[in-house]
Parts: sequence; C-alpha cells; structure tokens
Amino acid sequence: MLAHRQQKLAIVMFIVVGAALAVGLLLVALNEGINVFYTPTEVSSGDVSQGQNFRVGGMVKTGSLVKDGLDGTEVNFLATDFCNDILVSFSGPLPDLFREGQGVVADGALDEDGVFRATQILAKHDENYMSAEVKASLDAAETETAEVCHQ
Amino acid sequence: MIPELGNFSLVLALSLAVLLSVLPMVGVYRNNQLLMTLSRPICSGIWVFMVVSFSCLAWAFLHDDFSVAYVARNSNTLLPWYYKFTAVWGGHEGSLLLWVLMVASWTYAVSLFSRNLPLDILARVLSVMGIISVCFLLFMLLTSNPFDRLMLNTPAEGTDLNPLLQDFGLIVHPPFLYMGYVGFSVAYAFAITALLTGKLDAAWARWTRPWTNTAWAFLTIGIALGSWWAYYELGWGGWWFWDPVENVAFMPWLVGTALIHSLAVTEKRGVFKSWTVLLAIAAFSLSLLGTFIVRSGLITSVHAFAVDPERGLVLLAILLLVIGASLFLYALRAPVVKGSASYTATSREVFLLINNILLVVSTAGILLGTLYPLIHEAINGEANMVSVGPPYFNTIFLPLMAILAAFLTIGSISRWKKTSLSYLKQQLMKVLVSSVVLGVLVPLIVTREVNIGIFVAVTLAFWIVFGIARDIQVKTANKTSIVAGLKSLSLSYYGMQIAHLGMAVIILGICLTSHYSVERDVRLAPGDQLEIGRYTFIFEGVSPVQGPNYVADAGEITVLKNGESYLSLFPEKRTYRATGSVQTEADINVGFFRDLFAALGDPRGEDAWVVRIHVKPFVFWIWLGAFLMAGGGITAILDKRYRVRETKNLKAKTSEQVKSSGSTDLLGEAS
Repeated sequence: MLAHRQQKLAIVMFIVVGAALAVGLLLVALNEGINVFYTPTEVSSGDVSQGQNFRVGGMVKTGSLVKDGLDGTEVNFLATDFCNDILVSFSGPLPDLFREGQGVVADGALDEDGVFRATQILAKHDENYMSAEVKASLDAAETETAEVCHQ
Repeated sequence: MIPELGNFSLVLALSLAVLLSVLPMVGVYRNNQLLMTLSRPICSGIWVFMVVSFSCLAWAFLHDDFSVAYVARNSNTLLPWYYKFTAVWGGHEGSLLLWVLMVASWTYAVSLFSRNLPLDILARVLSVMGIISVCFLLFMLLTSNPFDRLMLNTPAEGTDLNPLLQDFGLIVHPPFLYMGYVGFSVAYAFAITALLTGKLDAAWARWTRPWTNTAWAFLTIGIALGSWWAYYELGWGGWWFWDPVENVAFMPWLVGTALIHSLAVTEKRGVFKSWTVLLAIAAFSLSLLGTFIVRSGLITSVHAFAVDPERGLVLLAILLLVIGASLFLYALRAPVVKGSASYTATSREVFLLINNILLVVSTAGILLGTLYPLIHEAINGEANMVSVGPPYFNTIFLPLMAILAAFLTIGSISRWKKTSLSYLKQQLMKVLVSSVVLGVLVPLIVTREVNIGIFVAVTLAFWIVFGIARDIQVKTANKTSIVAGLKSLSLSYYGMQIAHLGMAVIILGICLTSHYSVERDVRLAPGDQLEIGRYTFIFEGVSPVQGPNYVADAGEITVLKNGESYLSLFPEKRTYRATGSVQTEADINVGFFRDLFAALGDPRGEDAWVVRIHVKPFVFWIWLGAFLMAGGGITAILDKRYRVRETKNLKAKTSEQVKSSGSTDLLGEAS
C-alpha cells in the first residue's frame, strides 16, 4: 500500500513541478513573444516609447519609396493610414508583393530620431491579400480621419 | 457532362456513407451478422465513387473546362499539364475533395487489412469512419462543391493557379499531410470503439498501433515537405516560421507522437488506457482544428483559401460535434477502461509518462500561442491586435524538447515495471560522460567558440546516439555473435531506434543551422563579389528568360570554393503572365553538410540588385531527421507480430501475462 501511495505521490509531484515549469515558461515567453500592433496615428500620438518592439501597419504612401542613394540595401518609405505617416527604414530585399499604394506590415522599433527601424517587412502570400491587421487599421484610420484629421 | 458525373458520384458516396454510419452499428446492437458484414462492401463502394469523383475533377482541369467555377479560379490554359493536375487540390473545394478521398481510402484500407478483427469491433470502427465521411461530404456538397458550374458566362481563360503553388512541393505536400491528418481518424475510430465496448486490452492496442504509426509517418513527411517547400519556394531561406498554419499541423503530430508512446505502454503493460483513448481523441480533434483554422480564413495565410464565414461555421459545428460527442462518451465510459497494473517511480512506464506530459504541455503552449491573437481580439476588440512571434514559441518549445531528449535515452534503456537507479547508472554512466565530453569538445575544436546552447544540443545528440548504441549492445550481449544478436532484435525495436536517431539528427540540424548559418543581404552590381568563409560569390548580372507561363529575370552567380571554380547558382524573379504576380525562385545547391542559397531581391539602380546569399550548414539534416523518424514508424509496423492472424491467441493474451523480464524492449515481442 505504501509503495502504491509513494507512486501516486511521485506522479502528483511530477505533474505539479511540470505544471509550474510550464506556467513559468509560458509567462516568460508571452512577455517576450507578443508584438502589439499600432497604427501610424497611434505611433505619432506618442503611444509607443523609443526602443519598444512593435508592429506597424498601413499603406505604402505612393511616391514615398526611396531606394537609391542610400547605404547598401537600405530603403525608406512612408507607411500611412491616410491620417498620419510614419517613416520606415529597412535593410534587405523587399518582399515580392511590396508596392507603393499597397498594404504593409513591419516589425521593429523606433530609433532616437523617431524613424521606425524595421527588422522585418512581412511578405504577403497573395495579391488579394490584406492582413486583418492592416484592414482594421485602415478602417480605424478612416473613421479617425473623419474625427481627428479634419478638426 | 463529366463534372455532373463527378457531382453525382459525390452524392452516391454520401448516401453510402450514411448507410455505413448507420447499418453496421445497428447490426452490432441487434447482433445481426449480415448488417455488420455489409460494412466491407459499402466501404469499397464509397472509395470507388470518391475515386471517380476525384478523377472527374482532374479531367475538368486537364481539359480546361472553365465552365466549372473551381477550375476557372485555379487554372489557366498556359499551365503545364502536371500543374493542372495538382491544381485539383490547389484551392479550398478541391483540397476538401482530396481530404474526403483520403478518409474513404483509410476506411477502405481498414476494411481490407483488418481481417483479424472481430466483426463487431470492425463494424463499430467503420461506422465511426462513416460518420466522419458523412460530415465532410455534407460540408463539401452544401458549402463548397468543387463541381459548381459557371454555365451562363463561362470565361474563356482561367485565373491561374497561385504561382507559389506551381511547384513540385505542392504536388506532394498536401497529399502526405492529409494522409497524416485523416489517418488519425482511424486511431480515433478505434478509441471510440474501445469506449463503446469497454474493452481496451493488449489486442486493441495491437490493432491500433500500425494505423497510428502509419498516419504519424505520413504526417511527419507531410510537415517536413511543407517546411522544405517554405525553405525554397517562399524564397527567403527560412524553414520554420511558427506560422499558425504550421502550428496546426504540428500539434496533431506532437500529440500523435505522445499517442504512439502511450499505446506502447497500453499494449505491454495494460496501463494508461483511458489516457491513450484521450490522446487518440485529441490527435484527431487537433487535425480537425487544423482544418478549421486553415479553411475558415480565421487566420490569413497562404493556406486560407476561403474567407467565408458560413463555411467556417459549418466546420466549427463539425469540430464541436466530434470533440463534444467524444468527450461526453469519454466521461461516461472512461472509468470502464481503467488500467490496474502497478509500476514504480523509475520504471519505463514513468519515463514514457514524462514523455507524454512534455509532448502534451508543448502542444498546449503552441495551442495557446496560436489562438492567443484570436482570444485577445475577442476580449479587447478589433482595435487591439497582437501577434505572437517566434520568440514565444522558441522559449516554450526548445527547453521542453531538450528535457524530452534527455529522458529519451533513459526511457528506452529502462525496463518495464521496475528499473533500479543503480542499473540505469551502470548502463548510462559511460554514455553520459562521453556525450558531455564530446558535446563540448567537438564544437569547441571545430569553431573555437563557446556557446552553451550549441554544447547542450550537441551533447543531447551524442547522448541519444550513444544511448542507442549502448542499448543495442546490452540487448545483444548474451548472443553468440554480433550478427546473431542483431538478427534477434525485432523490426519494431529497430523502428524505435531509427526514429530516435532521427530525433538526434533533427536536433543537430536545427541547432547547427540556426546558429552557424551566415545570411547576407547585399547590393550587388555585375562583377561584385561577396566572400563568406571558403566561398566567394560573384554576381554576373541578370538576363531575361522565358518560361511556359511566365517571364523571369534570371541572375547568375558564380561560386568559387577556396578561390577555385566550383559551381553557379541561377536564382530567378518570375512574373506570371496570367495574374501579373511576382515570385522569387531561389536557387539552392544542396549538400550533406551545407546548403548554398541565393535569391534575387529587388533591383536597385543601374543593373544592381539586392541579393540574399546564405551559407547554411547542416540544414539538410532537418529533413533527413524527419525522414528517419517516418522510416522508423514504418519499420516498426513491418514487425511480424502485427501480421499474426490468430485472433483467439491475441485476445487471450492480456497485458498482465507480459512479464517485465520477458519484454525488455519497448516494442519487442510480447512473451
């Protein structure tokens, strides 16, 4: 009987320790892994502090893409929600579906000059694709355009 | 006419599936032999009609019948014939048809290869499979019929298949993945049958194991092919992104892995019974969840063809029905199938329990990360969106897998029922010391760099490999010669060891390629050079090329090794004529120890391009390891004990008769 109880105790202990470990890992991981999504308007109104990692989405403003005359593989463009713009700087090859006038989502952080340094420009899979995030941010931007921009 | 024939076959298959889900089950409860026996011919009927239906859709694609809406949306006259054929499963409706064809094939296979099953068990299993077929056939016919026509305004030309899918990877990836997904429905059907009959003995586990292994092996290859496809076709050299779509395929795989191990315990020792049933239900439910998430358009990705809320709702209903009904049945019946054998804290049972807990916890972590954005959005509204990135998944998954690898060797060398610590110490001390020493020294000598993560990974890989060698040595020690010893080991034992070797290979592949890859994005004009280690990449420029249905800018990159001429890479930037969409085709020189990867970015100024060049050591080992795992799964089911036809003997053999001393190996012969 004792052996049986010991065995049960061992299993219970193991599950408790395992669960504690798992919860600990989850908390650490959620802290590290979550990127909050902001619109250009939210960024320019100072919702985000410098150095904090986040995602920004909007349209690539037509005529704003600068490829030449910069160092190495750097490109600059403006991401807009038709209310506010944010200057995005990125180093590397642009995704196939990156176009002026099309939606874009960028991962990265603001530098001291307020430029968004993107570590990743999300490559989208489909021509018709507009991510739920970009769509929502554009919708939000349109209503805000009515409310904020024309004040 | 042909599409109508296909549609008609679907309806016939549905009618037969309804019969299959009802008649044998009625036969079981009325004890009517005839009704139960009917299940076999009905299965072959469903399968034949599904094949006919699938062939009809393929015919429509090959003959450019754009009056079929699905064909018009996913094909084009310029498409080469083999892509026309694979375009059959390039969209939502067609891939659903493939899904149901797979269900029908598995059902048919069960009815063919289970001659040794008692008739009442077979009837129940096939009935459950029939119910699954009915759900998905109804879903297809009501919301996503691939044979819907565009009679009035038939387009002269189709829209074209998504360029990303015009690739060899797509020819093979979905069929394998679906075979795996759907294959878990067999384990699920067996689990439901066990709950219904209340009988869950060694014989049950022995029937279920080959099916589970087969499904798992297919899923392993399906996921590996998907990752390989992402590696060369998405164009940017990554092979795993923790994308929701990858996660939903990976979760059933993890639970399936747990199921394979828990089935071993159930067969050999008659414990973990209700847990095994729960895992079987979970594996199939996660497969369905995967289908739901991918197909409902909840999460946008290359796989989300259908952004149609109605379809999503119907799938959700099927999902809830399957999960809800089976969990309800489980709650009612689980106490009946309880196990009773005893074991101690350091037995193989406990090590396999640890394996199961680690796999299930990592699945739960991945599930949380995958659904978190949806949950967050539901709670906080659409304006507050978050995404969960790779750091989250890596933080959760990698430590758990490291612990799993550490226990892998201990578990496979330990014995059932009771293993003394001194025995483990005696068996594994040398293995432990040598793997730690080599795990630290080898990377240190080769790279002259201290990296704890790499030390741990290489140590774990050596730990697994040496553990396998030690185990084989122990098991063949009392044989006259090594050859006789190796011959005496069963195929299922070899299967286990091959799969475990695959795990070691994958660990090495993932860790070495993640850490030692050199990835450069550079702006190169013709004649410019880039040096990475021993390799010199010379950009020769870009010239136009004509493909069957695209035009491309083809770059040429000459590679020198140690300053001597070595090879050339030809990455392309394609523009497909029908849709005007642009597609990066990377060129990869695959090697056993390293891949050379080149992709064209975008043009920058006069003749200059942004070029992405990677040197990726050991990346091939990731897929090699996956294929070893799948090969192990298949080897195990070739074991002759699964082909024993003497049903009576199997039934008489309860797990209690298996003595721990008589079965030292995990998957070996029950004595």
